[in-house]
Amino acid sequence: MELQVSLQKSFGDFSLDLAFTVQGERIGIFGPSGSGKSTLVNLIAGLQHPDNGIIRLDGELLYDSHGATNVPPEQRRIGIVFQRPYLFPHMSVRGNLLYGYKRSAQANRRIDFDSLVAVLQIGHLLSRGVHNLSGGEKQRVAIGRAVLSSPRLLLMDEPLSALDDTLKFQIIDYLKAAGEAFRIPYLFISHSLLEMRIMADQVLVASDGRIEARTTVEDLARSRMGMSPVGYINLLRLAHPRRVDGISAYAWGGGELLISAASDRPEALFELSSKDIILIKQHPGAISARNLLDCTVSGTFQSGNKVGVELACGDGRLVAEVVQEAARELAIVRGSRIFAAIKASAFRLLR
Amino acid sequence: MPAFTSAEYLAILLSLKVAIVATLVSLPFGFGVAYLMTYRQFRGKLALDVAVNLPLTLPPVVIGYLLLLLLGQNGFIGRYLLQPLGIRLIFTWKAAVIATAVVGFPLMVRSIRLGMESVDERLIQAARTLGAGWFDTILTVIIPLSLRGIAAGSALMFARGLGEFGATIVVAGNIPGVTQTIPLAIYEYASSPDGDRMALALCLVSALISVVVLLLHEYFNRRIAGAD
Repeated sequence: MELQVSLQKSFGDFSLDLAFTVQGERIGIFGPSGSGKSTLVNLIAGLQHPDNGIIRLDGELLYDSHGATNVPPEQRRIGIVFQRPYLFPHMSVRGNLLYGYKRSAQANRRIDFDSLVAVLQIGHLLSRGVHNLSGGEKQRVAIGRAVLSSPRLLLMDEPLSALDDTLKFQIIDYLKAAGEAFRIPYLFISHSLLEMRIMADQVLVASDGRIEARTTVEDLARSRMGMSPVGYINLLRLAHPRRVDGISAYAWGGGELLISAASDRPEALFELSSKDIILIKQHPGAISARNLLDCTVSGTFQSGNKVGVELACGDGRLVAEVVQEAARELAIVRGSRIFAAIKASAFRLLR
Repeated sequence: MPAFTSAEYLAILLSLKVAIVATLVSLPFGFGVAYLMTYRQFRGKLALDVAVNLPLTLPPVVIGYLLLLLLGQNGFIGRYLLQPLGIRLIFTWKAAVIATAVVGFPLMVRSIRLGMESVDERLIQAARTLGAGWFDTILTVIIPLSLRGIAAGSALMFARGLGEFGATIVVAGNIPGVTQTIPLAIYEYASSPDGDRMALALCLVSALISVVVLLLHEYFNRRIAGAD
């Protein structure tokens, strides 16, 4: 997918002035609320019009203020998953799902109804009215409805921000599953760095109606480490734990990680803040932290007044942070050996 | 209760006919105007709004008189449009329909507009991005979701039509069996020496029809709410 956007729009004292070209399948637009992200979604989908500029998708001109091209939204084949589900209240779940499907040209239909229903696990809901669904079910139906219209590009406008944490990660799994099964390129819009990390590869950082930077999610997370109260979040997808003395032992990096938070699922996603990793020069002998990892420094980076330390612990990778002075005292350079101590309770279960 | 003669039965039937036809004829226009007022931005929107709502504030007699001037033999529409086509409206039941439609129109538009304004804009946007054009969106999203407003508007127009007097008597006259509706018949009986009982009987019929209309409206309203 290639999206080329160059446009201006002003409302009152806010102005949007964007110019970018992105190629890829999983693109994030990251920025605080009020940075113009949702307006951008409306402009790309054709629900609002720029004051001037062009929008081109896969080489096709969708909007051009000079040549007076303005493809209406129903012909753009750009789907939207909104922050809230916005299901049609007068239709059943099936009616909602098929709304876009029925209106898509036969030649463009790439998504099979039954496989989508299976991926989103909504088979048992099909004949129900939408009023009797839970929040998570509604959002799954909304995702299915957009995907079934076989869009060339899916715009996800903060699709998770109205959900609580538990539901959020449940929906993320469905979004990822649908993304992998049907390969629809998407623009994922969010103010959450964590969601960005999970859903996107490349990121456009929006601020005050401008694109401030263009980066990868990894670089974005590293650059924000220094100013973020939670530091850099290490995301660890771990599976098949063994239970030892009431805590879970997950295979990781050639050894094991001991984690207090228990998951009842075979596979779990944990977050670990860079602030919760203590670096030690020599083996301390005994330590209360249940994880003591023998690591090599594979790199360092600067973020604000902090130093990010990339650790290679067997074949596992972590990012820890230290202040400048600690980095000097520990003589952290690429290739040096260091021990990382992590409490079993420092891991937070996301899903 | 006094026995009705054919003139009274005709008045009752004519009242129903005029109110029904006026409602049906107005519905597409009412919907169109409500749609324009809700979803479109254009020059002269305020002027249209004022024009549509004017009958609400004008005395019905004034409306009737203006219609008479407009549709009569020397009126603009009467002379240049109706006469060449061989159509005569004044002092026929069709004139009563027009008078009723004009008087009830603002009520109908207001109700439909309220219904349309209650439809979440995001639902319309969702329909568009799912491949529905404007007409398709109107049929499959806007109409079903503003059905309560449409039903309320129609019921109001119908009820108002049953009671229409001032504009009708000016533009359609009070001809028994031809343009005499229930209110006009009541007026005639009330102003004749021995007509009290008959006037009262017609009042009862009028009240009965109104109650039935309100009940029907409530019934449909609940069914629509249930379907939602």
